[in-house]
Amino acid sequence: MNQEITIALAGNPNSGKTTIFNNMTGARQHVGNYSGVTVERKEGSLKHKDYDIKVIDLPGTYSLTAYSPDEVVARNVIIEEKPDVVVNVVDASNLERNLYLTTQLKELGVPVVVAMNMTDMAEARGMTFDYQLLSQLLGVEIVRTVGTKNMGTRELLDAVIKAASGRSEIPEKQVRYSNELEEEISNVQGLIAGKSTAAIEAAPCVDSLLSETSDYLNRWLALKLIENDKDVLKKIESLRGSEKILEQVEKSQDHLRKIVGEDPELLVVDGRYAFIRGACQEALTYTQEDRISITEKIDKILLNRVLGLPIFLGIMWLLFQLTFTIGSPPMEWIDSGFTVLGEWISNHMTEGLVQSLIVDGIIGGVGGVVIFLPNIILLFMGIAFLEDTGYMSRAAFVMDKIMHRVGLHGKSFIPMLIGFGCTIPAILATRTLENNRDRLVTMLVSPLMSCGARLPVYTLLIAAFFHESVAGNVLFSIYLIGIILALMMAKVLKKWVLPGESEPFVMELPAYRLPTLKSVLIHMWERSWLYLKKAGTIILAASIVLWMLFTFPMVDAQGNKIASPSLQMEQSYAGQVGHAIEPIIAPLGFDWRTGVALVAGFAAKEVVVSTMGTLYSIEDSEALADEEEGSVKSFADQAREQSGYTPLSAYVLMLFILIYVPCMATVGVLKRETNGWKWPAFMVGYTLVLAWVVCFVVYQGGLWLGIGV
Amino acid sequence: MSGRSLKDLEPGQKARVAKVSGIGSIKRRILDMGLVPGSEIEMERYAPFGDPVEIKLKGYHLSLRKEEAENIILE
Repeated sequence: MNQEITIALAGNPNSGKTTIFNNMTGARQHVGNYSGVTVERKEGSLKHKDYDIKVIDLPGTYSLTAYSPDEVVARNVIIEEKPDVVVNVVDASNLERNLYLTTQLKELGVPVVVAMNMTDMAEARGMTFDYQLLSQLLGVEIVRTVGTKNMGTRELLDAVIKAASGRSEIPEKQVRYSNELEEEISNVQGLIAGKSTAAIEAAPCVDSLLSETSDYLNRWLALKLIENDKDVLKKIESLRGSEKILEQVEKSQDHLRKIVGEDPELLVVDGRYAFIRGACQEALTYTQEDRISITEKIDKILLNRVLGLPIFLGIMWLLFQLTFTIGSPPMEWIDSGFTVLGEWISNHMTEGLVQSLIVDGIIGGVGGVVIFLPNIILLFMGIAFLEDTGYMSRAAFVMDKIMHRVGLHGKSFIPMLIGFGCTIPAILATRTLENNRDRLVTMLVSPLMSCGARLPVYTLLIAAFFHESVAGNVLFSIYLIGIILALMMAKVLKKWVLPGESEPFVMELPAYRLPTLKSVLIHMWERSWLYLKKAGTIILAASIVLWMLFTFPMVDAQGNKIASPSLQMEQSYAGQVGHAIEPIIAPLGFDWRTGVALVAGFAAKEVVVSTMGTLYSIEDSEALADEEEGSVKSFADQAREQSGYTPLSAYVLMLFILIYVPCMATVGVLKRETNGWKWPAFMVGYTLVLAWVVCFVVYQGGLWLGIGV
Repeated sequence: MSGRSLKDLEPGQKARVAKVSGIGSIKRRILDMGLVPGSEIEMERYAPFGDPVEIKLKGYHLSLRKEEAENIILE
């Protein structure tokens, strides 16, 4: 019988934690979400010697305060799930700051094994470590690893097993704070120790935090209270009879403020860094003077005040080309593959409802999901490369000033740029934003960046209603309005929908390094699979629903088969929706036919044109899509005659298409990324309202001024 | 030179942190990243648009906005 061990992997961002995780578990990984938050939960498993080891990859954090959901999740996993060992991945070339997390992990009272990673880089920079001494000084097992070369993984696992079975010979060591602080900690700790026993008796499951009576946790809680940790404070406040503890905390804080003239949290941080400095001074020597590193040389060019921006734009151009230009042929193959499959089934099945469901509903729906795969695979290859090399934070550094003006983060730029290609990868690309509010706002405004699928609709409408000489300006104005609306909405959302303290931009610029093929591939595979699995099901379901809306009822009120496709569409549920919303969209210059086309546009924007073609009984829809002159002309004539279209209403229709709900695939992805229906529903709602308002203003204003009528 | 903040440092200049003012999570974040009083920092560069700035401390590179750098008072 194998013994089971659970380990949690902790470490700073850029410490090489993910590489160590991949080395340990290989492909045996599972990605999910922590309940209630959008923090990703990664788990993996492996066998080593006689042990089955489960590995929880905690989010990368610099500290364990309540600063971000990531930090709260990381420490809650350790407290609540009680892993047998915490493996702390430490970047040896950046030792002092990395050990700051180590000291906090130690305070939680779990056995910690430190994986001293990137030792090759550190040694190349002239750093020499006395591992044994460092291990004694810090009170942790230390194993030397080089994640990118898969060195030290076995030794690390051996150390984990040793620590889990309590056979570690390292003497216990903790940070000792200043005498004044230690005194106050024990004052508060004493009260908590009395309280927690009583709390368990009163309500056994108040909180797993307090069901634990260990001295470690009591000391940790006391420390957190003194340093004003919001999360811990809230938990203690909810306890009956906690007033005494809180009173003592306030007294202690006042006392500390009085004698040192500083916030108590400074004493805590300072105490930890002093402890680390002491250890490093003894166990770390620099054999050569701190010379200019390769990273510094590269940054002299890449972050140059003159060259920085053009280089950044060039890299963005490459990323865009990679995603959409290289991605376009495979997308066409997939598209024609599904068309051929649909035709084959049409030919081998008797015509009827089942055939229509399979061909138009299911194959159309699955095709609609799979078609984005080349884009997504390529984009994430590019993003993984930018992240793993370390350029991503430089991109944020370059763009932050501009993005910050509208309340966003420098990292919001990339997803918004990707949005010009397709909104789905844009929403997925927001994963690079650590702050949840920044990420949500970026996701919510990225649909306003006009995606590639909307372009054929614009060009057709422009060809039909505008003179060639103004075509370029009309198109440009649509794109520009999209950008302006996105920036405005970002500001509005930041102010009213997701208000709060502005997030600081305190970001590490990690050393450049060459990414490993394995880590890029794993990253790419993970994202693509998640997209297929989670968003795919929603997109498929929605496309079947839309198919039903356009297919039923198949007969008129008398039970007769409807003669023409345009009449069938008018009498279908979608047609009825079009009629029903006519009064609402009439002030925008739209009739029910446009209403039906907009309903169809929910499947994908490019469908708007073919739907209108069907409604106007234009036989050759392919010629229309290819913008053949004759078809465009008869489309324009029919639209004028039947729906009273003018250049103004055509322009307003373009605006509506630009702004309203991008497509159901976007809604599906947003649901998956935000873990619920709240934000997708909000996005659908706000884009519809915004589209209506903008179109109303433009249409009525245009009428009043007599432009384009 | 009292009251000088990190914001006033020119690229290439070195200084020592005297105090971190400001409140709440911003202050805590700055402290957590190792910008504690007494630590030595060097201004590396300004971003192409002049903000944020990049500094070097404890052997690593950190970027922050000028509005945050203002909270870091130098000796």
